[in-house]
Amino acid sequence: MSRFFTLLGRELKSYFYSPIAYVVLFFFLLLTGFNFWATVSLLNRGPTEVTVIEAFFNTVLFWFAFLLPLPLITMRTFSDEFRMGTIESLMTAPVRDLEVVLSKYFGALLFYILLWLPSLIYFVLFSAITRGTAANAAGAYWATYLLLLLLGMFYIAIGCLASSLTRNQIIAAVISFCIITLLFFSGLLSFIVLDMRPIVRDVVGYFSAIEHMGEFTKGIIDSRALVWYGSMTAVTLALTFQVFQYRKWRA
Amino acid sequence: MIKVENLTKRYAGHTAVNDVSFEVEKGEIVGFLGPNGAGKSTTMRILSSFMPATFGRASIAGFDVFSQSVEARRHLGYMPENVPLYTDMRVSEYLAYRGALKGVRGGRLKERLGEVLELCSLGDVDRKPISALSKGYRQRVGLADALIHEPDLLILDEPTIGLDPNQIRQVRELIRNLGKRHTILLSTHILPEVEMTCTRVIIIGKGRIVASDSPQNLRNAIRSAGDARIEVQPGADNPAEILRRIPAVRDVTVTADGDWSVCQLRIEANADIREEMFRLAVERRWAVRELTQRNVTLEDVFVELTQSNG
Repeated sequence: MSRFFTLLGRELKSYFYSPIAYVVLFFFLLLTGFNFWATVSLLNRGPTEVTVIEAFFNTVLFWFAFLLPLPLITMRTFSDEFRMGTIESLMTAPVRDLEVVLSKYFGALLFYILLWLPSLIYFVLFSAITRGTAANAAGAYWATYLLLLLLGMFYIAIGCLASSLTRNQIIAAVISFCIITLLFFSGLLSFIVLDMRPIVRDVVGYFSAIEHMGEFTKGIIDSRALVWYGSMTAVTLALTFQVFQYRKWRA
Repeated sequence: MIKVENLTKRYAGHTAVNDVSFEVEKGEIVGFLGPNGAGKSTTMRILSSFMPATFGRASIAGFDVFSQSVEARRHLGYMPENVPLYTDMRVSEYLAYRGALKGVRGGRLKERLGEVLELCSLGDVDRKPISALSKGYRQRVGLADALIHEPDLLILDEPTIGLDPNQIRQVRELIRNLGKRHTILLSTHILPEVEMTCTRVIIIGKGRIVASDSPQNLRNAIRSAGDARIEVQPGADNPAEILRRIPAVRDVTVTADGDWSVCQLRIEANADIREEMFRLAVERRWAVRELTQRNVTLEDVFVELTQSNG
């Protein structure tokens, strides 16, 4: 177990060795800050049916702020080890393959959590300032940040898989960005293909992250989404583990 | 310490290592020699559990490198070819990380860190990022990494490649000192290095072991590699014909250099024909400007074994 934490510590620290972490953190805060400002000014315009959290998490600005950092966080995880050849010194130390894969995954996930943590301040400040005049529910916060974690778990696993497939981090970033974007926006299909049969529309809806976000920000925790993201994370990580072992033996 | 039995590694289309067996005893410094692409690195990568063998078994300190690989790796300090390092870390930070990864912790880690920094002369760069270090220093960081957990066995893949002659001398000195406490398997194609540091040489060619013995014995065993040279002014004589009368001479090639004749002689092993050459020259009243005999070197052994193996 201590080996795992040694690996995890190195993964997490490696983000801060390069400027990537600081650049991502800076622009992420800029985007979400602007999004929050836009949300509050929308609420200020007059009576609305949405809460601050619904308005914040269901905008195009949120989508960009959420989707853009994911490939940047994950692109280096495996591809850099193969490109630099450090995979050889790493894997000839007494570590298990699974420890290496999991440490890289959780390192990226922790950075993602670190990215989102400051956004909680917005809502703490908001409720402090409005002092109950605006609609506010603890359940909505819990549910929203739970979904954020679930989405992060799955999409970071996809990013790790993409990174394990190539030694070029740009290619890894492009692959993961395409897959994550397609998955995230799959729910928009029903707006594009208008003559969809109701049953197909329902099925697409089950997998739609945007639709999940709509529900969870209302405070509704849908167990189907929990199972979907949980199981897909496990499957993607298992695939990453297989690809990693295969590539290591061919390196 | 190392036991390798019938090791074979096939890649799609070609066999890199073909039915290789050898053993390395505790305390030996074994040089692993062979031309490029002979299978040295592949064998070392299998021993370090980095890649699996197609057939055969290998064990380190009694632990199978495939089925008990974590245990085997615990006893091994491995320095890969070209020494890949995390260049974004600082030297002591990197070594502390590697030490912790290999199970050295707490006060013991601090102690070991000081020892390997001293041993590999890294004291003056321990705060520098690895990316700022020269090749020679990186090589030493790699060596310090291999040593940090006090392994019983060191496997070093081309430890002196890309270094300048001074650095090569330093690393060679370091390896010889390490040999007092560790068992070492090192690969190289710099032959004098092996003659100076190793107690035993394993020569590998085209994936097979072609020789395994001490450098001394290998030199003695080789049959046809003696060379002698004499430069004379033979006048009207045919020097080739006359020199062939010496019993140990097998072959003579003569090239003209003005009115001098440069004669290259192939002679039998362990023969010394310098006196006889001299006597002949005096007898025939030749003027002599050079007379030498070259002893068999490991290079001759290497060339003969790895080329005839085709």
